Amino acid sequence: MKGKNEDSSKLGMNRTGIKASPIDGPRMIEGAERLTPLDTSNEPGSYVRMTVRGASLEGSMGTVPPATTPKGMAKTAIKMLRGLDPSVLIDKLGARLAFERAGVRLYDAALVKLAAHGSWEGGPDVAGLKHIRAEELEHFHMLCECVESLGADPTAVTPAANVEAMASEGIVKLLNDPRSSLSQALEGLMIAELADNACWENLIQLARSMGQDDFAVRFEEALRQENEHLAMVRGWMERRMVDAAHLELEEAPPS
Amino acid sequence: MALDLFKERGIRLDRQQFDWQDLSPMPISKLDDDAFTRVRIILMNGIEQQRGRFLHHLAQMYGPLRIPLAQVRRLSHHQQTMVNWLLPPDQTPLETTIAYEQVAIEVTAMIALAEPDPYHAQIHRFGLLEDFDHMYRFSALMDRMEGKDSNNILQSYTDVIPGRPTAVEHRAPVDDLRRPYDRLTADVLTKIHDLTLVSGEYQTRDFYMTIGPMAPSMLARLLYAEIASIEEQHVTQYESLLDPMETPLEKWLMQELTTVYNYASCVKTESNPRIREIWQTCLDRTLGQFHFAMAIFRQLEKRDPVDLIPETLPETFSYTASRDFIREVLKDEVQLRAVGEEIVDPAKVPESEATERYRELLNRRGSPSTAVADGWQWQPGGELMNGTEALMDFSPGRLQ
Repeated sequence: MKGKNEDSSKLGMNRTGIKASPIDGPRMIEGAERLTPLDTSNEPGSYVRMTVRGASLEGSMGTVPPATTPKGMAKTAIKMLRGLDPSVLIDKLGARLAFERAGVRLYDAALVKLAAHGSWEGGPDVAGLKHIRAEELEHFHMLCECVESLGADPTAVTPAANVEAMASEGIVKLLNDPRSSLSQALEGLMIAELADNACWENLIQLARSMGQDDFAVRFEEALRQENEHLAMVRGWMERRMVDAAHLELEEAPPS
Repeated sequence: MALDLFKERGIRLDRQQFDWQDLSPMPISKLDDDAFTRVRIILMNGIEQQRGRFLHHLAQMYGPLRIPLAQVRRLSHHQQTMVNWLLPPDQTPLETTIAYEQVAIEVTAMIALAEPDPYHAQIHRFGLLEDFDHMYRFSALMDRMEGKDSNNILQSYTDVIPGRPTAVEHRAPVDDLRRPYDRLTADVLTKIHDLTLVSGEYQTRDFYMTIGPMAPSMLARLLYAEIASIEEQHVTQYESLLDPMETPLEKWLMQELTTVYNYASCVKTESNPRIREIWQTCLDRTLGQFHFAMAIFRQLEKRDPVDLIPETLPETFSYTASRDFIREVLKDEVQLRAVGEEIVDPAKVPESEATERYRELLNRRGSPSTAVADGWQWQPGGELMNGTEALMDFSPGRLQ
């Protein structure tokens, strides 16, 4: 490894736990117990009540934009007459589309880590990361076509896309943090790939249920590739984890 | 009909009350609300922030005003909370950054178009092209780091193209100071405009100084550091337009008037009825605070505020996009530079040695704002719509 950024499984001067402060730690506990009188003016359950009241207020993150082309509008109208709501499909297609596009950028960030720190025996290489990146990009383009074929706008952020972006903000941060190592970055990629796999499976079900079999066939191929991505990422991680544990064992002082 | 500033007395201070639920209204929708609703929210947060900041400084320097200033400040603080809490939690720091730059661009353009003083209008056009470039750079960062399109925030109101390159915006402090207006002769609109821009730029500077360290990638951190530095220059520039000879109480009145003016602009243009009600509440309350300040002005300065304050509120902001105007300014004025208090054509008047030295020093190990947008052009959905190759060039020898 070129190894500027260390993995975090090594022993060091971590100060976060209560036992890292043998003198002040016990004083913290004693102070909290002695100096936090129970507030008798407060009705029991007020935390839950105020939280529930806040969550019960009316509000919306947003909506699915209407179809923008006459062809799409016609198709939308037909589906609606048949009792199907195409906005659900457009919403979820928008989510996968945005996730795949963001996924390309995650693999860009992983390539940066690789270039900066190198890899390990059985770890990710340029060809492997680029292969996955290229397929994420293909999926993004394929989904753009699907969205456009429904007369919808692939550049719009649908509510489901927004939700997935919110849920994966931390992955973007991890992959781009200048202090994270390549193996730590893989933790983020694994979470992304696991979620992506599950979402593709759901999307295939949804497309089939709406009679969009042509979509479903294309999505099944994407899912096959995503399964492969997950296997690659997990393989790289396992190799790193096992090697690191064994290395640490070898380096550990005799008991 | 224009607001009569002496007859419309708003709500008395002792009747202005909030509870915590009032201060934390349901946020707007990032996806569905109009971009100009977000622009108004961000600007009004900046206006209230500046009012609070100024009133704090005034209290530190002027003993007799301690109590009335504390009273008004508390109300302003709560108005600011109610306004700023309208921003939604799904709007990331980088998306909010894009929105801040849209505020800077669109508000400065509106002001430059309406400004009666040609010198001030020129300064505003000068600053406009710099914030315009920041938008382009941050958009490139958003596309390349997060795989997101800044136009999801901009909603096609504002172009995403380079302005005056951020890398050349760095100037020695002396070249960021401009000539102030004359408190006795300047149009009141000039004063309102300048104070509005000080407020907007100050909050942008403070926002970047807060979220810059939260940016994950090193390039993003460098970019925030670089652009925060320009925002500090912009605060210096716009602040220097204010007449330092104004009395503290004159400044307080102008602060209140600027707040009234901006809330009135929001009420007039807001498309979301729920948010318009909030603007109306804030306007009514601020009018009460304005009259409170005028009473103190009469009492302490023994003068009639009519010396400073027009009978009716000047024509308020339209909150419409200024694409054509901005493109025109870009075409005609992007090459201009600042030397001392003047905006100059560098083909005729070279930049100062101090600025050239300062800029060279800052950029000597590369320019983050240049690097982030290397080869980048905005397009709907981001550059990956074209199937861009991986950014890293792995050919041998390139990375070592």
